[in-house]
Amino acid sequence: MENNILEINQLSRVFRIGGMIMGNKIKAVDNVSIRMPSDKSWIMSIVGESGSGKTTLAKMILGLLDISAGNIIIDGNNVKYYRKHKKEFYKIVQPILQNPFTTFSMKRTVDSYLYETALNLGIAKNKEEAKAVITETLKSVGLIYNQVKDKYPNQFSGGELQRISIARALITKPKIIVADEPVAMIDASLRMNIVNIFKNLKDEYNVNFVYITHDLSTAYYVSDYIVTMYKGSMIEFGNAKEVLKNPGHPYTELLLESIPKIGAKWSSEDRLHMEDAENKVINGTGCKFAKRCPYAKEVCFQISPYMVQLNDCHKTLCIKPNNYKVD
Amino acid sequence: MKNWNLRLKLGLVILSFFMILGFFFPLLYSGNVTEWSTYPTNLKPSMEHFLGTNSLGQDIFWLLCNSIRTSFLIGLFVAFFSTLIGILAGLVAGLKGGAVDRIVMLLADTFIVIPSLPILILIGSLTKGTASLFLIGGVLIAFNWPWPARQVRSMALTLRERDYISIARFSGESTIRILVKEIFPFVKDWSIGNFINTILVAISSESGLAVIGMSSNSKATLGTMIYWANQHQAMLGGKWVWIGSPVVAICLIFIGLFLLMTGQQQYSALRRGK
Amino acid sequence: MFEINHVSARYNMLTSFVNAVDDVNFNIEKNEIFGIAGESGCGKSTLLKVMYDLVDYPLEISSGSVRLYNGNSETNYIETGKLKECWWKDISYISQGAMNVMNPITKVENQFFDTVRRGYHKKMTKKQIREKVAAYMKELELSPDVLKAYPHQLSGGMRQRVLIALATFLNPRIILADEPTTALDVVVQKDILTMLMSVQKRMKNSMVIVSHDMGVHYQVTNRIGIMYAGQMIEIGPTDEIFSHPKHPYTQMLISALPKVGDNSQKEGIPGTPPNLKSPPIGCRFAPRCKYAADECRKIRPQMVPVGDKHFAACLLLEHAKGGNE
Repeated sequence: MENNILEINQLSRVFRIGGMIMGNKIKAVDNVSIRMPSDKSWIMSIVGESGSGKTTLAKMILGLLDISAGNIIIDGNNVKYYRKHKKEFYKIVQPILQNPFTTFSMKRTVDSYLYETALNLGIAKNKEEAKAVITETLKSVGLIYNQVKDKYPNQFSGGELQRISIARALITKPKIIVADEPVAMIDASLRMNIVNIFKNLKDEYNVNFVYITHDLSTAYYVSDYIVTMYKGSMIEFGNAKEVLKNPGHPYTELLLESIPKIGAKWSSEDRLHMEDAENKVINGTGCKFAKRCPYAKEVCFQISPYMVQLNDCHKTLCIKPNNYKVD
Repeated sequence: MKNWNLRLKLGLVILSFFMILGFFFPLLYSGNVTEWSTYPTNLKPSMEHFLGTNSLGQDIFWLLCNSIRTSFLIGLFVAFFSTLIGILAGLVAGLKGGAVDRIVMLLADTFIVIPSLPILILIGSLTKGTASLFLIGGVLIAFNWPWPARQVRSMALTLRERDYISIARFSGESTIRILVKEIFPFVKDWSIGNFINTILVAISSESGLAVIGMSSNSKATLGTMIYWANQHQAMLGGKWVWIGSPVVAICLIFIGLFLLMTGQQQYSALRRGK
Repeated sequence: MFEINHVSARYNMLTSFVNAVDDVNFNIEKNEIFGIAGESGCGKSTLLKVMYDLVDYPLEISSGSVRLYNGNSETNYIETGKLKECWWKDISYISQGAMNVMNPITKVENQFFDTVRRGYHKKMTKKQIREKVAAYMKELELSPDVLKAYPHQLSGGMRQRVLIALATFLNPRIILADEPTTALDVVVQKDILTMLMSVQKRMKNSMVIVSHDMGVHYQVTNRIGIMYAGQMIEIGPTDEIFSHPKHPYTQMLISALPKVGDNSQKEGIPGTPPNLKSPPIGCRFAPRCKYAADECRKIRPQMVPVGDKHFAACLLLEHAKGGNE
């Protein structure tokens, strides 16, 4: 039984909207199970459109949102355990948030956060030791201590702040860094800088990354594994190169084809008349993607799809690869 | 001092004047201001009696000074405790959420909805004008804490969702530290304004009660001074100084407090960068 | 048909000026989709606002003007300051985040009534307008039922499509779109971009699309202008620019883009754009440019031809060209 650094077991999260009595239920995350083994460090991307549930999933891993069903086990302990042992949790799991300008309070210097992290979580015993640790983590994101010392967030650019955010997360040498859309607010030309840092840190510090994004280009570039979410369900999981070459789910195919790639132009007849993926209320069984799926058959609308293992490290929530058999 | 605007300066000048009158001068007087027949009645203002004496034989000037002091003390007492309780309740309710939040808000809403004046009059009439100022102060605190509580709770609710609060938590900062370092600076500016306003509300409530005889009649407050002046037909009798001085004092104190409060709001808005 | 003549624009911040656009000079042809690309802060959104004549305080035009020519005429044009009169009719604008600016308390169709009446159909009844709009929506392959909905009942993508319908309904000669698909998912983005392209193909009008996503430019535009720190530093046909980028910035920009399936180690561009309150003298890209020479820091480069209808502003290219002649 191999050890997993992160185990997500049949995780669900339900929101009620519209009041307690007459409201609707939305299943933002629907029965998701993922394993990240601990033999090596990985970068696992979770990709999907908005409304797919990826941010909700990230928040549950970070303990910022309660779980409705299922559990999350990090480094052998249930997340519930960490509620009472918060400092232990913060040493193992750290976040990088989407907007670098709201990550830090405008009223404080950025290095105050770095010192706090180092001193509060037992990484350094005093200011000198803390300074040494901080200098080291800043170096690994390409910044010099003196560039950062005593400055306020508004004295930096978005890209620089995001690096400082990464440096802060790195201080405890966490086992998992959960990055929620870390490059969404950064220009396309600067994204590679940030994403390359993830790659280097994975190798240098043995940190696992859970990289939440809707930017497929960086996801496919940097990840070892990719999870694709659609309306709360995990519809594909696999090795990044595999998924890219042989997408298992029609939705992944659709995503890959929709990226504005440089090199091959879209054909001008290509308008697919699909409804957008809004309307998140649960309505019965049947595949959630069937309405938009070019391969859908009658049976797809009637039964809920099950996970089909395509090969060793690639599975998909679709009955097409299994010849539409009803299991 | 350079960013202080006109209102702030003016308000402070007025209030300083009254504070000197109310807190410094009474130290120079050794008698009991409320005792009747200390002096001959109804004397005109003179060097001995700056504002003259009233029908009860009290020196109006010293009486006024003491009344100002007592009214200020009531105001400060009520403002201090209601702001303190309000902020604490609001922060706890906002940050903790859930059942705690609901209980606190239920209490707060109850006290907001029930009008304070009838309750105060009820107490006043039950005690027939002998209620201790502490009792009245206590009731005023009970009716004034919900306002800052609600406001601070809303601030805490929005701030709680902010990214940098999550990051502060992940940096190992304790809840109290987060309260003090991240949330309180936002709350502080507003709280000062609220504090000053509550002084105003407390003084006016007590004075209003006193004028109808529902306060502590034997104590010297600006309101009771007006009450006694009315009891002795000061207006009909043309004893303008007796009834006029507390009225003028109250008006000027209110203006001073109001100027101070709005001046402080403008000042802190300027400091935030407009 | 649309001229941008040496336009400079800045934001009046009371204590200083932010020179957002500096001496930009180019034309938009008929029947083309022109893309304006660049990082955030390069001035592309500001330039678009100046083109639409949407210049409100603190934005001010410090020099230059734009002209919208009438048909083939070379003398009949509307200039900066007067363009407001032909908003929606001859020129329309889709602002960034436009999908969030629809009035939330009225139905979608009401947005159309106001706009259309502002055009010259002042005498049309609501019923007539409704019919015309419904017919137009069908042409765009959108369901007319959308008109009866409130904005919040529609998805972000749907709202954006409605706004495009609105912006193109009166068949203006030129349509300006600022980041029309940012904040939308790839799938919806592709649909909206193909919709824009088919509208352009049918109406044969001109479109100007501002986007920081070079992939979008590659797929959608015929010509691109690349902006950096308020200046236009390269302009040319899309295919040309992607296959033979001449300006060092453009070269770095294109090579920094991750291409799906290409796992070679990519490098981003080091450094950050200059502060526009006090921009550097000479070439603004010099501090980050690996080819920068001394004179690059002293002289501001001018646009020189580097290919067929292809221009770039770089002193090294100027010399290279000079050397070839």
